[in-house]
Amino acid sequence: MPELPRIPVGKVIADVISWLTTHWSVFFDGISSILVAFGNAIYYVLSLPHPYVLTLIFAALALLVTRRPGLPIFTVIAFLLIDSMQLWDAMLNTLAIVVAAALIAIVIGIPLGIWAARSTSVSVTVRPVLDFMQTLPVFVYLLPAVFFFGIGIAPGIVATIVFAVPPAVRLTELGIRQVDREVVEAARAFGARPMQVLREVQLPLAMPTIMAGVNQVIMLALSMVVVAGLVGAPGLAQAVVASTQSLNVAGGFEGGIAVVILAVYLDRLTGGLGERRRRRGRKRRGRRAGQVPPEEAEVERENTRQPVAPVA
Amino acid sequence: MIEARGVTKVFGLSDQKAAQRLADGAAGREALAADGGVLAVDDVSFTVETGELFVIMGLSGSGKSTLIRMVNRLIEPTSGTVLIDGDDVGKMSDKALRSLRNMRVNMVFQHFALFPHRSIRDNVAYGLKTRGEASRKRVEKANRALEQVGLGHRGDAFPDELSGGQQQRVGLARALATDADVLLMDEPFSALDPLIRRDMQNLLLALQGEFRKTILFVTHDLNEAMRIGDRIMVMKDGRSVQMGTGPEILADPATDYVREFVADVDRTRVITAATIMREPLVVATADESPRQALKKLEGVEASGLYVLDADQHVLGVAKDEALARAAGSGKDLKSVLVDDYESVTEDTPMVQFAHLSGNHPVPLGVLDAEGRLQGVVPRAAILAAISGDNGTEAGETSTEGGEKVTENA
Ligand SMILES: Nc1ncnc2c1ncn2[C@@H]1O[C@H](COP(=O)(O)OP(=O)(O)OP(=O)(O)O)[C@@H](O)[C@H]1O
Ligand SMILES: [Mg+2]
Repeated sequence: MPELPRIPVGKVIADVISWLTTHWSVFFDGISSILVAFGNAIYYVLSLPHPYVLTLIFAALALLVTRRPGLPIFTVIAFLLIDSMQLWDAMLNTLAIVVAAALIAIVIGIPLGIWAARSTSVSVTVRPVLDFMQTLPVFVYLLPAVFFFGIGIAPGIVATIVFAVPPAVRLTELGIRQVDREVVEAARAFGARPMQVLREVQLPLAMPTIMAGVNQVIMLALSMVVVAGLVGAPGLAQAVVASTQSLNVAGGFEGGIAVVILAVYLDRLTGGLGERRRRRGRKRRGRRAGQVPPEEAEVERENTRQPVAPVA
Repeated sequence: MIEARGVTKVFGLSDQKAAQRLADGAAGREALAADGGVLAVDDVSFTVETGELFVIMGLSGSGKSTLIRMVNRLIEPTSGTVLIDGDDVGKMSDKALRSLRNMRVNMVFQHFALFPHRSIRDNVAYGLKTRGEASRKRVEKANRALEQVGLGHRGDAFPDELSGGQQQRVGLARALATDADVLLMDEPFSALDPLIRRDMQNLLLALQGEFRKTILFVTHDLNEAMRIGDRIMVMKDGRSVQMGTGPEILADPATDYVREFVADVDRTRVITAATIMREPLVVATADESPRQALKKLEGVEASGLYVLDADQHVLGVAKDEALARAAGSGKDLKSVLVDDYESVTEDTPMVQFAHLSGNHPVPLGVLDAEGRLQGVVPRAAILAAISGDNGTEAGETSTEGGEKVTENA
């Protein structure tokens, strides 16, 4: 059998990347500084209040969203624990990057999802791109990200966005497509403009699913941010990375626990947000135990498709 | 008035390609399917007069939903025109189309299609809101529409707190609130239990009696079609196979497909007193003497007759024995009258009177709203209509049978 010629896929990509870094450096530097400024701004706001005050604010948010005492109590205890482990500042750094990356991912992902829901050709084009973004091992694009954006929080945010955008797009599209066709028709049949249909019917009814997407974006961002510690992003990740490299088991665990606390808090908070939306949509109807509404079942199926990034 | 002229819809092909295929007649239609196209509606024309309730009927997949959605252009026709009160819907700009949907043509859906995140009142007011009406006015009109469907007190509830029947009442109210003249209803009652469905049909008929909307009503239930439709169009595979009134279609099904449909019809609900009534063989007027009346009865071998006043109002029934006694003692006809009869109105379906006849000296009377005798329905006419193969036969045999029965009674 004749041997296939070696196609230099990797070299081509590497050449493109190196060409981009030399000829587009101004562009990437610009983006990099915007990202850094954005991340720093969020960090600055978070660091304004005293840790105790911020802890109380977090607890109040939790109470507002879940309306149950469980999460607020957990919040107070857990965040005070972070403070006592002297990881407060690292936690704020991590949170700032997560919030920055998640916000950008949502701002990109939700409109793209809406577009994909309205146009099958967009949907068909976008889907393989999303699959690619999600399944390509993180470290593969972490490296070029460093070439483009240098060491620090910028490559971390970019890599996180790449990883976190897909669920925002997917679940937004899914949520809108799941809205009962007849209900959409009804809005049109009574003279609503396309934008009105979107705003008054499709988005409100898709909101629980979209919120599930937001929740996933934040969770993926958090798991990525730890990886981003490897490329010099400050925060809990660095605490963990430094500890593991110096075989400091105690320090590693402390950093890890802080990450878990942050994850649990953000998950319950955004999950509760979606839950509240759902409840408002079905006011006063007692949901029977064990009954999963179809859209929720879909979301769960969608969830299992998300490969989870390795948490360092 | 709705006029549809040669309306056609092909799914899955470009309009150009579809038109090319359709121009080739039957062969083209086969090629169309081979190309991956679906001919959902094929060259359908009909006219719904103002104030008429026109029913489109057919099995699942026959193209009813597609057709009704082409009337307000929720689905764009591949070819053909739809006129509403003379305005060509296909030529309307987006803006004109929205105003048409908003002001003149409203729709009721099979699964109600209420907005689950809005209160009942806001649901009903939706058309008014898109139209930009002031909120006070909206609430007022929505409340009035809710009153009309008997849900005046549920305005603050949410759709999932209502039963199916109530939800569709809201769907109906939403379409009534905008005061549109034309109502499109796509299987509005199919998702409801039979009893509730009947209630809703009655509600629709009552509202229709009051407002006289122009209604296009889709159903796959012939009994429903017969019950509420002024005229019915039967569809099969996207084509119209027969159009006519319920009794016309019952009497003379155009194809085997329609015949099969008709076979399932509950005749007792479709056939009304008017369909099978006939002239009474004998009646007496109040100024006749008992002896004259008795003479009339002798001629037809019946045991009693209706006694009418000069305007045909029924005064009562005179029985032969009583007449004989009165004739002997010289009393007048009025003194022997009894109430020994049953009566119905002309539009009463047979199911409601089939059990009434047989226990009286006179056949079932058919009266108009003022109580004037229009005709009678002998027992045998009912039995013949139930067993008849089709409407005309049922009508004919019943007339003959009726006479015989009266003569023998
Ligand atoms: N959007 C679409 N794309 C492709 N084919 C369609 C589409 N909508 C309907 N059809 C096809 O057109 C045909 C007619 O469908 P339609 O929904 O009008 O039937 P129907 O008479 O309303 O049936 P049912 O009683 O089940 O509602 C069917 O064969 C259906 O599969
Ligand atoms: Mg249908």
